Amino acid sequence: MPDEKTVNENETGAAVPGGDSQGAPAPSETAKRAGRDLSHVAPEVGVAKPDAILTARGVQRRFGGMTAVDVDYLEVERGAITALIGPNGAGKTTFFNLLTGFDRPNQGEWSFEGAPISHKSAARVARAGMVRTFQLTKALSRLTVLENVLLAATKNPGERMFASMFQPLWAATEARNKEKALEILERFRLDKMRDEYAGSLSGGQRKLLEMARALMTDPTMIMLDEPMAGVNPALVQSLLGHIQDLRDEGMSVLFVEHDMHAVRHISDWVVVMAEGRIVAEGPPGSVMKDQAVVDAYLGAHHDTDLGDDALLDPEVLARLEAEEEKR
Amino acid sequence: MEELLRVLTLALGELLAPATAAYALAAIGLNVHFGYTGLLNVGQAGFMLLGAYGFGIATISGAPFWVALLIAMAAGTLFAVILGLPTLKLRGDYLAIVTISAAEIIRMLGRSTLFDDYTGGSAGIRGGDYKGSFQELSFLPDGRTMIGPLEYLNNGSDSWWTRLFAWSLVILALVVVWLLTRSPWGRVLKGVREDEDAVRALGKNVYSYKMQALILGGVLGSLAGIIFVLPGAIAPDAMGRTMTFWVWTVMLLGGAATLFGPVLGSMLFFFVYMIVRAGMRTDVMEFLPIPTQNVDHVAGVLVGVTLMLIVIFRPQGILGNKKELALDAR
Amino acid sequence: MTADRPMIATAPRRVLAVIMAAFAALIAGAAMFAVPAGAATDDIATDCTPDASTTCVSPIVLDEEREPVAGVEVTIAGEGFEAVVTTTGEGPVSVAVPTRGTYTLTVNTDTLPADTHADPTEREVRAQTGATARGAFTIGTGPAPDPEATEPETSAPAEDDAPGAAGAEGLVEEDVTVSGLPSFGQVWQQVGSGLRFGLLLALASVGLSLIFGTTGISSFSHGEQVVIGAMGGFLLINQAGLPVWVAALLIVVIGGLTGLAQDAAIWRPLRRRGTPAAQLMLVTIGLSLALQYVLQWIEAGSMRIITTNPVPTTIAGITLSRASWVSMAVALVVIIAIALLLTKTRIGRAIRAVADNRALASATGIDPDAVVRIVWVSATALAALAGLLIGISFGSFTWNLGVQLLLLMFAAVTLGGLGTAYGALVGSILIGLVVELAGLVIPSDVRYATALLILILVLLIRPQGILGSRERIG
Repeated sequence: MPDEKTVNENETGAAVPGGDSQGAPAPSETAKRAGRDLSHVAPEVGVAKPDAILTARGVQRRFGGMTAVDVDYLEVERGAITALIGPNGAGKTTFFNLLTGFDRPNQGEWSFEGAPISHKSAARVARAGMVRTFQLTKALSRLTVLENVLLAATKNPGERMFASMFQPLWAATEARNKEKALEILERFRLDKMRDEYAGSLSGGQRKLLEMARALMTDPTMIMLDEPMAGVNPALVQSLLGHIQDLRDEGMSVLFVEHDMHAVRHISDWVVVMAEGRIVAEGPPGSVMKDQAVVDAYLGAHHDTDLGDDALLDPEVLARLEAEEEKR
Repeated sequence: MEELLRVLTLALGELLAPATAAYALAAIGLNVHFGYTGLLNVGQAGFMLLGAYGFGIATISGAPFWVALLIAMAAGTLFAVILGLPTLKLRGDYLAIVTISAAEIIRMLGRSTLFDDYTGGSAGIRGGDYKGSFQELSFLPDGRTMIGPLEYLNNGSDSWWTRLFAWSLVILALVVVWLLTRSPWGRVLKGVREDEDAVRALGKNVYSYKMQALILGGVLGSLAGIIFVLPGAIAPDAMGRTMTFWVWTVMLLGGAATLFGPVLGSMLFFFVYMIVRAGMRTDVMEFLPIPTQNVDHVAGVLVGVTLMLIVIFRPQGILGNKKELALDAR
Repeated sequence: MTADRPMIATAPRRVLAVIMAAFAALIAGAAMFAVPAGAATDDIATDCTPDASTTCVSPIVLDEEREPVAGVEVTIAGEGFEAVVTTTGEGPVSVAVPTRGTYTLTVNTDTLPADTHADPTEREVRAQTGATARGAFTIGTGPAPDPEATEPETSAPAEDDAPGAAGAEGLVEEDVTVSGLPSFGQVWQQVGSGLRFGLLLALASVGLSLIFGTTGISSFSHGEQVVIGAMGGFLLINQAGLPVWVAALLIVVIGGLTGLAQDAAIWRPLRRRGTPAAQLMLVTIGLSLALQYVLQWIEAGSMRIITTNPVPTTIAGITLSRASWVSMAVALVVIIAIALLLTKTRIGRAIRAVADNRALASATGIDPDAVVRIVWVSATALAALAGLLIGISFGSFTWNLGVQLLLLMFAAVTLGGLGTAYGALVGSILIGLVVELAGLVIPSDVRYATALLILILVLLIRPQGILGSRERIG
């Protein structure tokens, strides 16, 4: 739906009062090239990116006496996969919730595509093109897989109460949406389950369904909260592949992850949080060696699973996947 | 034997009774709330009482029938907005607490001396004061008609005309709810029911959808209130918490989130309820150690126990989907 | 039940409504305290004005328009007293009776206007010292009862919610007269009544809050649990004649046993199945329905626990019955004990831990199942005790006491902060004060509405309540 996407971008662009330093959103083609090569960006906290899609400033969230999130400055590059990592309790998910409008900060602001969105509701953040998934997947259990994806379609006149009573007003849109939904389901290999209740899917399939749903909204940026958590190892590889595909189609991806190998494997840029602060930023190869990162993880009793690299070996994965399919 | 036939006739009469239609309509409204959207409205009787007052007081003040009907619907809308504003952004329990409380406020205000001139205080409003405009609408010829074992006056309070109107309204509500729930709008409601955060994350204004559902179900509740008082009188104490709980029983019995569940639930509920109550009064059941004056209490206990059993063992009701039950068991 | 609602007869009604603000109190749909208005002469004095030692009974006969009907003879009989009075058109006739107790009013149907009937023709009222017990009769035209009123469909649920404030009676034992602004003395007196109500309400709602905190259930049957205690008092003290303290212990044990039985039979199996909280809430609705009909079955009328006349006792300028003061003391002691229990003992800390974070508590070796069982038992035991104390200090109650209390408990618990134990205490006291003080400025039959109004305002302004935290509400 290229035309719909343009509408989307125009809308968010128009919402900027008087524009800003980034100007109008860059066409996705250039974004793709610029975003993937971040080697010339200095690996330091709060560094400016060549083409930032998301900029956060002085974001703080306190629970009682504890400061869960305290981020001074962060830019997220357009068209790249940025990973947000850190030990348990580092405030990653809280930061994520703040950015997506699911929690309110004590102070701070951030802008998306140049437009301030820090006080917008979760729904408006999503409509601006920043769509998230959840750590504990939220499959809408008693809706079918297809309905789950159809629900995500934007600008459906049938979703207005009075119009919805008159099918001719929305039948055409619905048919188009259905076609698109089926394409997406096919891509995530969920097309055979289209009429099953989403509640009957496995953990990994639910993650895929959530991603499919997010994709259906034509987002500019996808925020994935621990996409690998609770997923059968056999599915991890294909999930990672899907995430890379999203980037290759021009979307920006920010994902929270625990699993270092997944991070190393696919991300273009890594942001490390500890105790609510960002302690390091950089390309995946170098940031892991950063002393601050080592300290952060050791300080957290080294509870992070540094994992079994074998799991990412394509051969092992292929075997696991085959086994999964047999069951 | 003759007595059993009498009991059966009474029970058959319940199937078509205006009160059965009223409960069916109220349960259709509650089904929009709970069945489709997951809203815990525990004050449906408040909507009904408000609708009844709105209709009755407007008619007494001289409003024509359809205007009075609109006023009752407007009262239901307003009530829904007032209840929804503070609660729909909070966890579901708060709506439950606020609705049961607000329904009670309506009843207290209605029966209080404050508005005695309008509501007639605890004595309520006599049916004769507001029924005129409705009964004038009737196009049925005067007289009595017998259909099967049931015989009623064509026109009047407890008449075929009242039944015809009541059930027409129920059918109209069914059509509207059917159109709405099979549409993308209905899909959003179901999404909200399943997980409102997920729906919010997809860019839908969940608050607005919940409010729309609360209003729609509430307006259906107000209309149900009118039906309920058309054959009788407006008595605030007859439209309290127990009524709300009965509407819940009716809806869950038939099957929440199913189109015909509330109607089936209402018919079955009142059919069985009449058999139990009238049956316990017959000579056949004399061996039961239940004095006649306690029959209603026993029946009431049975209603409560039934509600518990439905919720525990068959939460999807009679018409509910087996596949959905399988999901619940996971 | 529908016919014996109290009614306001005299015109102009608005004036009366204002006077009502000061005087009105309802006893379970049968009796009503009100200002005796005009006087009429008969063979006995019919201008009884209640005071500390006078008890009045006033029969009222109304027509369909709720206007008083003159010239109807009514016999007042009971407690060894009998008198015949004739109604007047000007105002209610009120007769002084020798002692508080139950009186039967019987309409002499021969004296009714032609072609009318009264239904029923006989009514029981309970007279209280210092108040007027009203019994109202409605007469209709035609010889037969109004068919509309007895239609099976409409009358089916009519037994619910017999009028008004069962719990209200005692709250206005000490009637305050207000004309214009209330005086400091009146306000102070109502503060006392408010504290009494608040303390007793707190005792009842702590359990509701604990249940919510540990299980996530908003228990709609908690009101009936309170009535179980009050009715236990009626059966054990009034009927069986047990000493109050023995009965109180028994009632607490019985209340706790109902909680234990419910947990074993319903809640634990449902917890095992992982039933969602919303569904459990619906189960409590069913339980509430079943219990209220059982209670109504046992005794549908008004009940008294202690039959002797209350002894007015003044402390710090506040006059309440001695039983009320004792009840308040008991409630206070028990509440302090609960607070100590929750903070100082292992089980108390376990309860708070489970309420705070069930998974975490379970990970630290606490058995949530055992904790929840203890919570159900103690919540129902406390509710029973509260019911007994409320029944004693408010004079009399009916089975539907639970309805009113449930709403006030919800309001109190939400106001204080849903799921926090101290919140229930703070919220209850505030609700008690507001409800009692509101009685000074608005008609007392709508003062409960103020509590519910506060509830809605709290949710708009600070939904987490006074002591709650923001994270619990979303």
